[in-house]
Amino acid sequence: MNIEQLLSNPTEWIFNEGPNGKIVLSSRVRLARNLRERPFPGWAKKTERQKVLEVIQPVVESLPEMKEHFASSMDNIAAIDKQVLVERHLISREHAAKNVGSGVVINEKETISVMINEEDHLRMQAVKSGLQLKNVFKCIDKVDSELEEQLDFAFSPRLGFLTACPTNVGTGMRASAMVHLPALVLSDQINQVIQAVNKLGLAVRGLYGEGTEALGNVFQVSNQTTLGEKELDLVERLNKVILQIIEHEENARMTLLEKKASVVYDQVGRAYGVLTNAHTITSKEALNLLSMLRMGVDLELLPATTRGVVDELMVQAQPAHVQKAAAKKLTAEERDTLRAELIRNRLANVAKPTMEGRPPAETDETETA
Amino acid sequence: MLCYLCKQKEATVHLAQIAEGQMQKIDLCEDCAKEKGVSDVTSVSLASLLMGLAGNLEATKPEPAGTQCPVCGFTQGDFKKTGRLGCSVCWETFDAALQPLLKAMHKGERHGGKIPSKAADAIALHQRVKELAEELERAVRSEKYEDAAQIRDQIRELESKLKAARVAG
Repeated sequence: MNIEQLLSNPTEWIFNEGPNGKIVLSSRVRLARNLRERPFPGWAKKTERQKVLEVIQPVVESLPEMKEHFASSMDNIAAIDKQVLVERHLISREHAAKNVGSGVVINEKETISVMINEEDHLRMQAVKSGLQLKNVFKCIDKVDSELEEQLDFAFSPRLGFLTACPTNVGTGMRASAMVHLPALVLSDQINQVIQAVNKLGLAVRGLYGEGTEALGNVFQVSNQTTLGEKELDLVERLNKVILQIIEHEENARMTLLEKKASVVYDQVGRAYGVLTNAHTITSKEALNLLSMLRMGVDLELLPATTRGVVDELMVQAQPAHVQKAAAKKLTAEERDTLRAELIRNRLANVAKPTMEGRPPAETDETETA
Repeated sequence: MLCYLCKQKEATVHLAQIAEGQMQKIDLCEDCAKEKGVSDVTSVSLASLLMGLAGNLEATKPEPAGTQCPVCGFTQGDFKKTGRLGCSVCWETFDAALQPLLKAMHKGERHGGKIPSKAADAIALHQRVKELAEELERAVRSEKYEDAAQIRDQIRELESKLKAARVAG
């Protein structure tokens, strides 16, 4: 399939609500692999990279998991489409900057994507909605085993899978979950949580990974180490920590409702007001307000069906998605206008948040129905 | 007494070494001794000597700063600049420099996860070689030189298999 067909498909992990889907948007596992005795992409000459791409790409395309797929070398993907792929987390920002000698293969449902010649010869990832790290790991582990039958991976019994960067050697695995933590942010507890998680050897990053902002109160929690631990042990450890984060977020929401209900209603109500009435809005503001709306759905201030609309908008309000939908080059101002229009239209049928039957603001009593 | 290695000429070089409280002895003819580079044996165990490992011991010393990866030409300077390695063989080439880094960076120093099926076979071979090497040590220690020679041949055979599979240790 071509890129237009791929991008017009609904992204499975965004539209399906998975386990613990209120707080965990998605689970993702990526594996880094390299071919033996071939220079890594960052050190290889152009012709060497092209050779590796020619070896790997057909093997990836032939996998049963990739029956319906999009495949292309990076120089054949338009800049705007690369950005859309980044916003859908199907390729990394680093990979979007690649051209000749790098490639990508993505399955129709956008649940498996394989980057060829990113930092390593192979970066393969699987993603599913909600918290289901073990399933996601099994999915990408199968892909890895199938690839290993046909490709000669660099592996050392002592150091495991050999990677370009020492931070990935061993399992070559990065498992992560995207978590939506508005109440921990609102109640100023998020830094405490991040510090505690860091102490456990896990990393907390922003929406697009390393060095990025936590737009829309969305954080990525992932493992930092790759050597010395079994994949499934690590996945289980991460899973436990994320379950605890979920508990903290739920507690923070309860406490906010008990102690500062008016703040919660105000945030959700304002978010609804701005999003349904704005005529120009930046993606940062949109994501942050959509986050409040999403929390409103979780707290039953908005109908449950709204969550799908909000999740979809969190993807489609991003700059490249707005640009792509317009099908022409836009200035930043034009993008902000179109984004506001898109959001107003999509929220047109969503009734305003109702605080009726909710505990009155500023009381400690929460036993109301 | 005939030379232990060629079993033809008279042994004139007699080596003895005390290791772990036990004396190990080996008798060689002058030609075999020369061939094995026996002039300074103070730092070489007899078992290593038999295995022809004397040369390898030097190769595992920390690499000098100007070392280049034989496969991709990467240097330690390149690593300092980029924080990335050049190819899979760099991991062997710069092993000594990488070890402390890995120790500081990760939970463990040894891979504990998935082993690709191709490598699993090679790992079983590695393990067998290790066991045989220990047997060899024991045989030499108890002066069972004929057993030792047999074990040595087995190890050589396995190692040539491993070389064919090109799996790094």
